[in-house]
Amino acid sequence: MSRNLALFAGVALLFVLTGMFQSWNLSLSILNMALLSAIMAMGVNIQWGYAGLFNTGIMGFTALGGLAVVLVSSRPVPEGWAAGGWSIVLGLLLGAATIAAAVMASKRMKKGALRNLAVAIILVVGFLAYRAVLDPAVEAVEAFNPATFGNIGGLGLPSLIAWPVGALFAAAAAWAVGKVALGLRSDYLAIATLGIAEIVIQVLKNEDWLTRGVKNITQLPRPWPVPLEVDLQNSATFLGWAERFGADPVGLSTIFVKLLYAMLFALVLLFVIWMSERALHSPWGRMMRAIRDNEVAAAAMGKNVTKRHLQVFIIGCAIVGFAGAMMTSMENQMVPGTYNPLRYTFLIWVMVVVGGSGNNWGSVLGALLIGWLWLIVESLGPAVMGQITSVMSEGPLKAHLIDSAPHMRLLTLGVILLLVLRFNPRGLIPEK
Amino acid sequence: MDLLNASITFLNFVFVPGLAYGAQLALGALGVTLIYGILRFSNFAHGDTMAFGTMVTIYATWGLQAAGITLGVLPTALLGLPVGIIATALLVLLTDVLIYKFYRKKKAVPTILVMVSLGVMFVMNGIVRLFIGVEEQDFSDGARFLISAGDFKKWTGLSEGLAIKSTQAITVIVAVIVVAWLFWFLQKTRTGKSMRAFSDNEDLALLSGINPDRVVQVTWIIAAALATIAGVLYGLDKSFKPFVYFQLLLPIFAAAIVGGLGNPLGAIAGGFVIAFSEVMVTYAWKKVLTYALPESMAPDSLVQLLTTDYKFAVSFTILILVLLVMPTGLFKGKSV
Amino acid sequence: MAEPFLIGEGMTGGYGGADILHGCTIAVEKGEIAVIVGPNGAGKSTAMKAVFGMLKLRQGHVKLAGEDITSLSPQDRVAKGMGFVPQTHNIFTSMTVEENLEMGAFIRTDDFSDTMAQVYDLFPILKQKRNQPAGELSGGQRQQVAVGRALMTQPKVLMLDEPTAGVSPIVMDELFDRIIEVARTGISILMVEQNARQALEIADKGYVLVQGANRFTDTGAALMADPEVRRSFLGG
Repeated sequence: MSRNLALFAGVALLFVLTGMFQSWNLSLSILNMALLSAIMAMGVNIQWGYAGLFNTGIMGFTALGGLAVVLVSSRPVPEGWAAGGWSIVLGLLLGAATIAAAVMASKRMKKGALRNLAVAIILVVGFLAYRAVLDPAVEAVEAFNPATFGNIGGLGLPSLIAWPVGALFAAAAAWAVGKVALGLRSDYLAIATLGIAEIVIQVLKNEDWLTRGVKNITQLPRPWPVPLEVDLQNSATFLGWAERFGADPVGLSTIFVKLLYAMLFALVLLFVIWMSERALHSPWGRMMRAIRDNEVAAAAMGKNVTKRHLQVFIIGCAIVGFAGAMMTSMENQMVPGTYNPLRYTFLIWVMVVVGGSGNNWGSVLGALLIGWLWLIVESLGPAVMGQITSVMSEGPLKAHLIDSAPHMRLLTLGVILLLVLRFNPRGLIPEK
Repeated sequence: MDLLNASITFLNFVFVPGLAYGAQLALGALGVTLIYGILRFSNFAHGDTMAFGTMVTIYATWGLQAAGITLGVLPTALLGLPVGIIATALLVLLTDVLIYKFYRKKKAVPTILVMVSLGVMFVMNGIVRLFIGVEEQDFSDGARFLISAGDFKKWTGLSEGLAIKSTQAITVIVAVIVVAWLFWFLQKTRTGKSMRAFSDNEDLALLSGINPDRVVQVTWIIAAALATIAGVLYGLDKSFKPFVYFQLLLPIFAAAIVGGLGNPLGAIAGGFVIAFSEVMVTYAWKKVLTYALPESMAPDSLVQLLTTDYKFAVSFTILILVLLVMPTGLFKGKSV
Repeated sequence: MAEPFLIGEGMTGGYGGADILHGCTIAVEKGEIAVIVGPNGAGKSTAMKAVFGMLKLRQGHVKLAGEDITSLSPQDRVAKGMGFVPQTHNIFTSMTVEENLEMGAFIRTDDFSDTMAQVYDLFPILKQKRNQPAGELSGGQRQQVAVGRALMTQPKVLMLDEPTAGVSPIVMDELFDRIIEVARTGISILMVEQNARQALEIADKGYVLVQGANRFTDTGAALMADPEVRRSFLGG
C-alpha cells in the first residue's frame, strides 16, 4: 500500500513541479484533462479489467457525451426548431421504427426467401420514408441563419443535467453495438467499436442541423458552480481576495475556475471509484472476474456470459460518455474535428495498461501519469526538440525535427505500451 | 431513354472507381487475413504498415525522380515499390522478433496480441509522421489517363465520356498479378502449402515437421509486400495521407470479415463487396437515372443514398450485417 | 533376449501437475502390433504420448533401435522414424487428400512419389478422392488419410491414438485389417484402443494399464484367454 501511495505522491509531485517551474495554469489544465481521462480510464478498466472486453471506440462514446451537452445545454434556437425540429424527430423515429420492424420481421418470420424479401422491402420503404421526411426538414433547419445557427439548438438546461444524458447516449450506442458484436470472437468487438466511433464523429462533423458540423458550437454554458472568468473579475468579493493575496485578478480568476473544475471532476472521479470498488467486491464483481478468467466454466455454471458482457460493456461506455460530456462542458464548445482516435481511444488504453488493468486505482494513476506526460510534451516538446537540435545548423531538417516533436509522443507512447505489456503486463498497481 | 449513355455513366462513375478501390481493399484484406490465418490475431497495425511501406516507396520515388530516372508513361513509384516492400518486410520481421514472438511462444490469447498490435500501430504511426509528416503527399507521375473522357467522346460520339485513369488500370493489373502469384504460391509451392497446413491445423503441422518460425516469417514478408502494394496503389490512385491509411483499417477489416477471416479467396471477394457497396451507396444516381428512365420519370433530387462522408458507415453496416447473419463470412473462414 | 525395437521403460511423469504415469513400460518389436488397453483415465494415451515425447518424463527413458531418444522433441522423433496419428484433429481439413499426404512427407527431401503410391495401394479410396478436401470425407476415410499422412515419412514405428474412435463397427474392422497390412510391411505398430477385445485380437503384444502403471502384459491371445483380464477389462 505504501508503494502505491508513493506512486501517487510521485505523480502529484510532477504536477507540483509543473506548477512551480512552468505555470500553475498549465499544471491545472493538465490536471483537469488527466482527471477526465481518469474517469474514462475507469470506464475502460471496467470493460477490460473486469470482463476482458476490448473497446476501441472510446472516442465515439466520448463524443456522444459531448453531443448530449450540445443538445441539453446549448441555447435554444426556436426558429431553427420551428423550421423542422419535429419533422426531424419524426424522421429519426421512422428510421428507428424501420430497423425495429426489420428486426421483428426477421425474428418472427420463418427462414427463407419470403423473409429476406419482407426484410428488404421494410428496409427500402422505411429508408425512403425516412429520407422523405428528414431531408426537407434538415434543409429547412440548416437554412435558418447558417452563419450563427442553422441547427435545432439545445434545451438551454444546466450543464450538470447534460452529463447523465451523455452517459445515456453512450449507453444506448453501446447497447446497439454490444448486442451485435458480443458473443462472437473477441476481435470483432474491437473492430465494431472502431467503426462506430468513426461513424459518430462523421455524424457530428456532417449533421449541421445537430451540431453545426465543422462550424462548431461555442459558448456552451459552464456547469454549476463554475463561474465565468469575466464575472469573477467584475465581482467585488473576488477582487477583494485578489488584493489580499496580492495576485493579478485575471490570472487568479483562470486559476480559480480551473481549481473549481478540478474539484468537481475529482468529486465525480471519487464517486465512480467508490461505485466501481463496491461493484468489484460485490458478488456481481466476483462473477464478472470468474467469467473473465474462465468463460467456459462460468457458462457451464449457468452464467449467461454474453448478457453479463453486454451489461458491463454498457456500464463502461456510460462512464466514458459521462466523462465526455464533462469534457465538452469544460471546454465550453463542441469541435467535432478535434476528436482523434489516437488521443481519445488509444491514449486511454495506454493509461489503463500502464496503470494496471483490473485495478481502479491503477487506472487512475495511469491516467494522471500518462495524461501529464502527453500534455506536458505538447507544451515542452518543441522547446526540448529545439534544445536537442541547437547544435544543428539552421535548415529544413532542423525545422522538420522541431515540427515533428508532437509526433514523437506517439512513438514514445507506443514504445511505453509495448514495454509495459512485455515486462510488466500487470501494470504499476496490479490487480489484487 | 438512353441506355448506352446510362451505362457509360455507370461505368465511369461507379464501376471503374469501384473496381480500382476494390482491388486496393482486397490486397489490404489479404494481408489482414493471412496474418489472422497464420498468427491468429487481428493486426490493428496493418493500416499503418501500409502507410509505412508507402512512405518508403515515396522517398524512393522522389530519389529516383531527383536522379532523373522515371518510367515514362508509368508512375515512377512502380520502380520504388520494391524498395518499399523490402523496407517494410524488414520492419515487420523486426517487430516479430522483438515483439510478437514472445507472445507467440507464450501462447497469449488473441486480445493480448491485438493490444500489442495497437502498440506497434502507435510506433509505426509515429515513425511515419516523424519522417513524412501528416500532410497529404502526391507522388504519382507518368500519364494521367489511359483513356480520357474527351478522347472517349471523340471516338464514340457519345455525349458521356468514360475516363480510365492510368492509376486505376495499373491498380487492377498489379492486383491481378499479385493475387495470381499469391494463389499459385499458396496452392502449388511447398512453402505455400505448409502455410495453409499451419493455418489449418497448427499441431499437426508441427508434427509433420513444418518449421513454424519459417512459416511465420514468410507470412510477415508476404503481408508486408501486400500492405505496401495496396498502400502504394491507393496512394497513386488517390493520395497519400497517414491518417487516411489508419482509417482504411475499417473497410479492410470489414472486407476480411465479410469474406471470412483467414480465407484468402474471401478477402478478395470481401474487398470488392465493400468497395462497390461504398461507391454505389455514396454515388448520386441522378445522371444515370436521367439517362436510363423515360423523361417523365427523371429524378429531381441527387438520388444519393448517403453522402461520401458516410462511406465508413457502409463498411460498418455490411460488417454488422455479416456478424448478425453469418459470422464466419461469405466463404468459410475460421470459426467465430 | 535382445532389446525391443522401441521401448519406453519405467516412464514416470505427467503434464506438469501430478504424475499420471507411474513406472510404466511399453515396448514394441519390429513388424509387430502392440496394443495399449485399459479403463478410462488409465493413462493409455498419456503413455503413448510419453513414448512420442509429448510430455516430460521425470523418470525412465525411451529407446528406439537401441538409441536413447528420451530428450528428443516429437519433431526430432519423426525424423528418427516415428509416425504419430493423434486421436482428433489428425488431418488438414481444408486441404486435399493428396496435399495431406504431401504435408506428411514435408521433412523428406527425396522423391516421395513411391511412398504416395504405396499409400494409395493400401487405401484405394484415397486415390479416388485425392483431389477432394479431406474435411469432406467420411469418418473412416478421414482416419485413412490420417494414417496415410503418418506413413508418408516411411516411419519404422507407427503410433495410433484410438484410430477407431467414433467410427462404425464395419469401418473399424476394415481399419484394423489395414493396420495389419501396414504391420506386414515391417512397420511396428503401437496403438491405444478403446475397443479392447477387437484390438487384442490383432495384437502381438498387449498392455493393460491401470492408473498409469502396467497391470497385465502378455501376448494379445494370452490376455484374451486370461480370466481376470476378461472379467475386469473385456466385460466377461
